[in-house]
Amino acid sequence: MTTALETRNLVKRFGGLVATNDVTISFQQGMRYALIGPNGAGKTTLVNLLTGVLRPTSGSVMLEGQDITGMSPFQRVRSGLARTFQINQLFPEMTPLETVGLAVSERQGHGREWWRLAGSKSEVIDEAAAILERFGLTDAMGVPTKVLPYGKQRLLEIAVAIACRPRVLLLDEPAAGVPEEERHEILDIVSGLPNDVTVLLIEHDMDLVFSFAQRIAVLVNGGLFMEGAAKDVAADPRVREVYLGEGGHG
Amino acid sequence: MTEATMAVTTAQAPAAPAARRLLIASARWRWWEFAVWIAAFAAIVLLPRQLLLLNEIAILALFALSLDLILGYAGIVSLGHAAFFGLGAYAAGLIAKFGYGDPLLGLLGAAGCAAVLGFATSFLLLRGSDLTRLMVTLGIALMLQELANRESWLTGGADGLQGVTMAPVLGRFDFDIFGRTAYVYSLCVLLVLFLLARRVVHSPFGLSLRAVKLNPLRARAVGISVNVRLVAIYTMSAAYAGVAGALSAQTTQYVSLDVFDFIRSADVMLVLVLGGVGYLYGGILGALIFKAMQDYLSSVTAQYWQFWIGLVLVILVLVGRDRIGALFSRITVPFSRGARS
Ligand SMILES: Nc1ncnc2c1ncn2[C@@H]1O[C@H](COP(=O)(O)OP(=O)(O)OP(=O)(O)O)[C@@H](O)[C@H]1O
Ligand SMILES: [Mg+2]
Repeated sequence: MTTALETRNLVKRFGGLVATNDVTISFQQGMRYALIGPNGAGKTTLVNLLTGVLRPTSGSVMLEGQDITGMSPFQRVRSGLARTFQINQLFPEMTPLETVGLAVSERQGHGREWWRLAGSKSEVIDEAAAILERFGLTDAMGVPTKVLPYGKQRLLEIAVAIACRPRVLLLDEPAAGVPEEERHEILDIVSGLPNDVTVLLIEHDMDLVFSFAQRIAVLVNGGLFMEGAAKDVAADPRVREVYLGEGGHG
Repeated sequence: MTEATMAVTTAQAPAAPAARRLLIASARWRWWEFAVWIAAFAAIVLLPRQLLLLNEIAILALFALSLDLILGYAGIVSLGHAAFFGLGAYAAGLIAKFGYGDPLLGLLGAAGCAAVLGFATSFLLLRGSDLTRLMVTLGIALMLQELANRESWLTGGADGLQGVTMAPVLGRFDFDIFGRTAYVYSLCVLLVLFLLARRVVHSPFGLSLRAVKLNPLRARAVGISVNVRLVAIYTMSAAYAGVAGALSAQTTQYVSLDVFDFIRSADVMLVLVLGGVGYLYGGILGALIFKAMQDYLSSVTAQYWQFWIGLVLVILVLVGRDRIGALFSRITVPFSRGARS
């Protein structure tokens, strides 16, 4: 089994606060992971370090064996590492079609073409339309993103990441704020990704975590508390104590 | 083979044709766009006494269009856009002075010089807030003005650049005192550069610029090299401003230090905001309003015309263009309120 993504002794300090504390972890290709931990444990910070939004204080990040610690975020995306954000990061005045079309056209390498009309390449259109269909966004594809209901925006957030056709996909609480009945729809689409795509899901809802993940990593106070097969982590009394036992997580 | 390809395509995405139509539609020409250009060319015969003024409007419109490219489409604010206008003006003036009087050659030279300056200084704008950008652009324009002042052996310093003599446009059309050739020439240059800009903003590159403007974090997260795109559009915008400056130098056959004035940078921003940012026609509309108000008001109240421009600007920005537009449509569609309730 090959390692898709790994970190070595990753540390991130914000002043005196250690948000990521010496995290060494590896993610195997094609596996479905969940990253859990209490609020403020450093899950989002870890994703920001993996995707280059933040620079680590020390340590390194490797993507498919290549050291990407010094790479800028856009280069990492082009190398096959995409993400969604805990708080939607969309283009409010652009339509879902433009948003997904943009991501597809960038991935296909048309992003610098200034002499052609956007929408004149059928590879881009076909793929963008197919993605919008899969996410049930075709009806809304022509209206500005900012007027879409939150659930649709959340779907678009994931659709954009998938349009980058990542080999490693990091999802930061994709179902947060989405009504109960739509949550499974989101996770179903993610589960339906090709088998060789590695997925890391941050999620507080334990039902979703267990129905999705093969392996689970637990972060506590910035440090990696444990990582293992889903059922082992679920059964571990220490994990229950620090996390599962808390109950009432939103 | 075509049939097979089509079959596969339709099977993959039934929404594709609709998607294509939607995307293309945003770039389609509207009726009023034709009207704008027909009116601009009709003015050559309809307003023969106003051609000098119209020439100034066309040049200001091009200058504002160049600012729109960075402000409206990439979100880069500038208070020193006159740096490129001025450099283009001096470049074109000097090229003509040293014996190369062909106007198009001068335009190319000016565009090239301004583009080089734009490219070089764009790197100073990549990081930093709007305030940093305002100050950096302002500073560069100030420095150029002082440089032009000091190197008077070349620029003529405070006396201005004398002895700019232009050859006929395309070897046939001499510049005349009524401004006829000047206006036609400037208008044609404006049209060509406008069409190019229109193409660029509706291209995949243009779409990526909008994305960068709306949300740089997400733009990077879909693999866009934000810095490269910003450098590219800033360089293009600088070249446009340089051409505007060149047109001014060539049609007045004179360049003075005020091409770099802070007022010029501020005015072009004002013009663009008057006309509307981010739809390409704002520069043209703004230049028309600005120059018309200037022309009319300064004949009525010689000194205080800027007061009224200022008032309009404040109202526009505070009340908001959308709300003024809504007010207009409420007046013009009297039943819309009844229908809504
Ligand atoms: N840019 C920043 N500057 C300073 N402190 C930060 C910054 N980002 C995060 N932190 C702090 O780092 C810690 C980890 O935050 P992080 O957002 O990674 O937690 P999380 O596990 O994602 O929490 P949640 O479940 O609430 O999303 C928190 O204490 C947070 O306040
Ligand atoms: Mg978080």
